[in-house]
Amino acid sequence: MRYLPLTDQDRTQMLHKIGVERSDDLFADVPNGLLDRGLDLPRGKSELEVERFLSALAEKNVPASRAPFFVGAGAYKHHVPASVDHLVQRSEFLTSYTPYQPEIAQGTLQYLFEFQTQVAMLTGMEIANASMYDGSTACAEAALMAHRVTKRKKTVLSGGLHPQYADVVRAMSKLADDETVALAPDVRAREDLIAAIDDSVSCVIVQSPDFFGNLRDLAALGAACHRHGALLIGVFTEAVALGLVTPPGAMGADIVVGEGQSIGNALSFGGPYVGLFATRQDYLRQMPGRLCGETIDANGERGYVLTLSTREQHIRRDKATSNICTNSGLCALAFAIHMTLLGEAGLRRLARVNHANAVKLADLLAHIPGVEVVNETFFNEFTLRVKGDAAELVEKMAVRGVLAGVPVSRLLPGVGLDDLLLVANTEVNTDDDRGAFVAAMEGAL
Amino acid sequence: MLDTPKHSVPAVATAPHTFTSNRGLDQEEPLLFEIGRPEVSGVDIEAPAPFAARLGGLERKTAIGLPGLSEPEAVRHYVRLSRKNYSIDAGLYPLGSCTMKHNPRLNEKMARLEGFADIHPLQPQSTVQGALALMQELSRWLLELTHMSAVALSPKAGAHGELCGLMTIKTAIAARGETGSRNVVLIPQSAHGTNPASAALLGFMVRTVPAGADGIVHSEAVAAAVGPDVAAIMLTNPNTCGLFERDVVAIARLVRDAGGYFYCDGANFNAIAGVARPGDMGVDAMHLNLHKTFSTPHGGGGPGSGPVVLSSRLAPFAPVPFLAREGETLRLVEHSEGTASFGRMVAFHGQMGMFVRALSYMLSHGSDGLAQASRDAVLSANYVRASLRDVMSQPFGDRPCMHEVLFDDAWLQGTSVTTLDFAKAMIDEGYHPMTVYFPLVAHGAMLVEPTESESKASLDLFIATLRDLARSALSGDSRRFSSAPHYAPRRRLDETAAARQPVLRWRPGG
Repeated sequence: MRYLPLTDQDRTQMLHKIGVERSDDLFADVPNGLLDRGLDLPRGKSELEVERFLSALAEKNVPASRAPFFVGAGAYKHHVPASVDHLVQRSEFLTSYTPYQPEIAQGTLQYLFEFQTQVAMLTGMEIANASMYDGSTACAEAALMAHRVTKRKKTVLSGGLHPQYADVVRAMSKLADDETVALAPDVRAREDLIAAIDDSVSCVIVQSPDFFGNLRDLAALGAACHRHGALLIGVFTEAVALGLVTPPGAMGADIVVGEGQSIGNALSFGGPYVGLFATRQDYLRQMPGRLCGETIDANGERGYVLTLSTREQHIRRDKATSNICTNSGLCALAFAIHMTLLGEAGLRRLARVNHANAVKLADLLAHIPGVEVVNETFFNEFTLRVKGDAAELVEKMAVRGVLAGVPVSRLLPGVGLDDLLLVANTEVNTDDDRGAFVAAMEGAL
Repeated sequence: MLDTPKHSVPAVATAPHTFTSNRGLDQEEPLLFEIGRPEVSGVDIEAPAPFAARLGGLERKTAIGLPGLSEPEAVRHYVRLSRKNYSIDAGLYPLGSCTMKHNPRLNEKMARLEGFADIHPLQPQSTVQGALALMQELSRWLLELTHMSAVALSPKAGAHGELCGLMTIKTAIAARGETGSRNVVLIPQSAHGTNPASAALLGFMVRTVPAGADGIVHSEAVAAAVGPDVAAIMLTNPNTCGLFERDVVAIARLVRDAGGYFYCDGANFNAIAGVARPGDMGVDAMHLNLHKTFSTPHGGGGPGSGPVVLSSRLAPFAPVPFLAREGETLRLVEHSEGTASFGRMVAFHGQMGMFVRALSYMLSHGSDGLAQASRDAVLSANYVRASLRDVMSQPFGDRPCMHEVLFDDAWLQGTSVTTLDFAKAMIDEGYHPMTVYFPLVAHGAMLVEPTESESKASLDLFIATLRDLARSALSGDSRRFSSAPHYAPRRRLDETAAARQPVLRWRPGG
């Protein structure tokens, strides 16, 4: 087997050194009769055979780059510079562990320190951690953190929050015996969240751009939260938006969480992605996840270490702020590199192109009879109301070679929103793509 | 022969200072914020023609401050940073409990196939049948290797898998009408910190089960702790002392007979994958770390993937999404309404990129290769044990271990060398240290997991190096230890200062 360096001769010599005769002797503690019960699995394959097998499966999927592609709803197709994927595949990044020995992990630690700074800047917050699994789990962790800060247990979920994010928070809250109040799906961002806040509320979770694409001004909501001693948790699923719109941190959010996939990371059918988590300095010791901090070495030279680990599970065990251990280090690196390549100027231009493309498509679609653009505001994604069932429309458009978007009913079934379609438009979409979208939709309707 | 040093090294103090503070290939690298500028970009994007924005007055009004670098500058920045890291590609990485095995590059190539890397989790399921087939094939392998009934693929890492398992268990208990009365989780002292942390997140009380003097949990100890208030036991097997819990079947029976569930922490599955099946041992739920046992890279701390295999007793309560087959078509069930599922743990469907890598690894090995890999991992750990047992002490006596061997610091008593010093001296010798000070049940623990990826020559040099360091420590030669490391990009870093005055980001003006 090509991954195993030991030869049979090595094995014999090693067994001899150990003082046993057979490999089975090393498994003597395994209960009688439970060794080698047989496996209904094939024998090993060569590289060529594995490539053939997996490539055949890959060929059965339709990649985003092979069709005019408008699918979003929390994961976005963007162009990632070639150097990003090259750099994350450096052995020293790809095949290292969590930086527990900082003297030989300064590479990882310095990029995490830079990542934390980039995330804090982007979200308009004071500090950020070294990443969470993804946006949805970061959102659930933010609610738990708010409960620790406020010593309350009630979460209010906006009807504009990504439904699967809401599901993750709800499942966790229910099983942790916390309370959630979820507002009805809020297609036009007209809900009255302030009316849902009282002195028992720990936190309000609200997304902007929201699930339906609307931009939300959170300032009044933040003030209302603070009057009642609650925290405002601002969520985003499209990090590129923060290059163009006012970040939650500038509108009173106490915790900002979001999905970082858009920057540096492939769609990859939903994972691995990278959760961004930022907050105020005051709440530092209630944060979940790893933190990288600056220090000096024995020669007085600047260096970086994992710090404040007394919050974490390997020290505090059942008193830890979170159970998280492995996070999304390499995806955070991809985010950091892509963000470094963009810089502020590049990010702002990228965000403007996204918005401009979405505006172009919205204007084209508004002319199709029976199609209504629901949003007054949006960034690169908006909601369409169509005649009939949006899920059926998407299937018909897929047959015409266009991946048109996400029917709202896929995430919110059975609530009368079957005629809504989320359509995302990024820098990868050309005028030809938009033309193909319009033609396919007109044909399918 | 290998027990003698290869050649003497001149004392570092005699080396002259350099103008740049670089030392040859060891190059200093400033922070991004000290070299980048907001107006510079390494990505060419043409600004769009003027248009009427639809931002409702929420356009960003202040500067962000994010610095940019041109592509050559960015490449150099990150390449220089990378060179300050140790990696499995560069050397033996014996971190106990972490399974730092070789990461085959075929896995990376497969995960980057357009048909896997460039598909969206919410595009029509008719356009991702190959991805769903891959998830089903991965499930088949995991279930066969563990001999379990069902698998939840979505958890994002080991600790997330623990949470998934316990959420499933709590839901099953609720379905029996025992919420509130069954709220204790039994956890041995030697457990990973994630176990009690996961239990506490769900409001379970943690009751510690003592291990015997031989380092394993005895059924008598479980019998004394179990009762009608026990929801589950969380047992790592093989345990964190590198020992197989030989009472496992009896422990499972005790807990199940008392109405509880057996959660097995599968972090150490690399010792038995393809050799023994948890499903034969009474396990109800177990997470598998695809980034350990199945070689998906650790990436400096993630991403991981922690699928949870379940017994038939727990399968109905597993989270969405899960796969269903309708004729020739595969479908993801994405909503829990109308099922007993506890709901959802993550947006979308889990770590597809890791699923591809793990399946690529398993297909390469096959059933025969997986068993051989486990046997080689156990053999290598025992070879290290047998080669060091006359020098270093073992807390539970000298007996066969599984895929990792645990030493303590009793053998260093009377010297000025601590476990930490010993670890830092290993850095000077070109090795990543073993896991230190874990598990907590061993004083000054040193947990060595060589994995199956090392050749005998590599193991022999590692052993000889540790013997040489041990000889120095025992002969009172403290220079190699107290100020180590001497030959790393940084000398010993002050972690206390970092925690006292936390500096977690760069700020303009320093």
